[in-house]
Amino acid sequence: MTRAYKVYSIENGTVIDHIPTPLALKVIRILGLGNEGIMTIGIGFNSERHPRGKDILKIENRELSYEETDKIALIAPDATINIIKKGEVVEKRQITLPSEVKDILSCPNPNCATNQLGARKHFLLENKDTVTYRCAYCERATVVNADMLASK
Amino acid sequence: MVSFRGRSIVSIRDMSRDDLIKVVCTTELVKQGELSGFLNGKTVATLFFEPSTRTRLSFESAVLKSGGSVFGIADPKASSQSKGETFADSIRTVSGYCDVLVIRHPVEGAARMASELSSTPVINAGDGANQHPTQTFLDLFTIKESFGRLDNLKIGMMGDLKYGRTVHSLTDALAMFSNELVFISPPSLQMPGHILKELDDADIRYRNISDLEEAEDQNLDILYVTRIQKERFGDPQEYKKVAGIYRITQDTINMLGKDIRVMHPLPRVDEISEEVDSMPNAIYFTQAHNGIPTRQALLGLVTGGLN
Repeated sequence: MTRAYKVYSIENGTVIDHIPTPLALKVIRILGLGNEGIMTIGIGFNSERHPRGKDILKIENRELSYEETDKIALIAPDATINIIKKGEVVEKRQITLPSEVKDILSCPNPNCATNQLGARKHFLLENKDTVTYRCAYCERATVVNADMLASK
Repeated sequence: MVSFRGRSIVSIRDMSRDDLIKVVCTTELVKQGELSGFLNGKTVATLFFEPSTRTRLSFESAVLKSGGSVFGIADPKASSQSKGETFADSIRTVSGYCDVLVIRHPVEGAARMASELSSTPVINAGDGANQHPTQTFLDLFTIKESFGRLDNLKIGMMGDLKYGRTVHSLTDALAMFSNELVFISPPSLQMPGHILKELDDADIRYRNISDLEEAEDQNLDILYVTRIQKERFGDPQEYKKVAGIYRITQDTINMLGKDIRVMHPLPRVDEISEEVDSMPNAIYFTQAHNGIPTRQALLGLVTGGLN
């Protein structure tokens, strides 16, 4: 029996798989993607790796840069990236945590200059294993979680 | 060779071991009176967005003693910020009026932000609960002055080790040298895990104890005492109990060893009994006075008046 595609395959673009459910929309936010073309989002597929299910994101006609895909590691370190050209996977990409992150993460310290004085959000990688980043301003180290994604 | 010219002093985290040694050695020369007039023609602005009379006066004295001029605000109500000017605009403007900007602000990271906006070097005189690097430099200098070295010492830190920024920065600095640390605090105010992990990574020996009497056989060279703040405790009775246990008297000094030196960032409340003040072990007033040559040295180094 032929497999029924639940999420349509794409001709050109980027497929992000193994995103833990329900973080697909947050991945879109991390990537800063707006109304730039067709995106297909699948939420809650069965997954051996993720007991609560996995999400899949397909972005048509857009090959994401390494700088962009590495940001995904902040909330979905197990995600896989496939670059598709003419219907074929031309690159399977590993993601690694960026050494510094600007604008994406909000500092959870309410008394931080980023929250009080308008300093630019800026974190530096402190520990890869625990996904801990240190705020460049208030210097507090925090294990990254999805709640830290900046609202803008 | 380490150069500080044009550099901002924001955090001990930015400093290397060589940087710390450079500042301590320069402070030594300033205190000995070997260097003078190195701020001639230089103007220093002190922007205190929260009041801290002691730190401000200490900086102002340091400037005047080195031949410089100083102006500033001591009270945020007197600044343009009360008229709605942004912090960023205040810094951009005032940095054009001076050769160094000394800033104290209740918001953590304010000094880092200022250093990015300022056209002149910024010295952090305290940013909320985060950093107060000149305190750490004067602590290091006081240790060097008393013992002739910054390594191979056994240093006890006592009091509020969880929230005290002074002990956090001093621990970071001492971890760059080969020292052994003993942390003495009630269980609820212990040194945070992330700092202990940094010590583990740096292979620094340390131990946590909650009873001051356990320090008796530790042969401490230094006991660095900090204040335990009442507001950290929900229950006033609990505070009273803890404050009573962690109190240094002549008897405590005799128990810990006659050569021990007692330091404190001041102000103290009652964690060190006044009867200790006259003992040769008490070096906390010398420590406070060392703030002057330390700040002179830093101002001289960042302006290029000292090399």
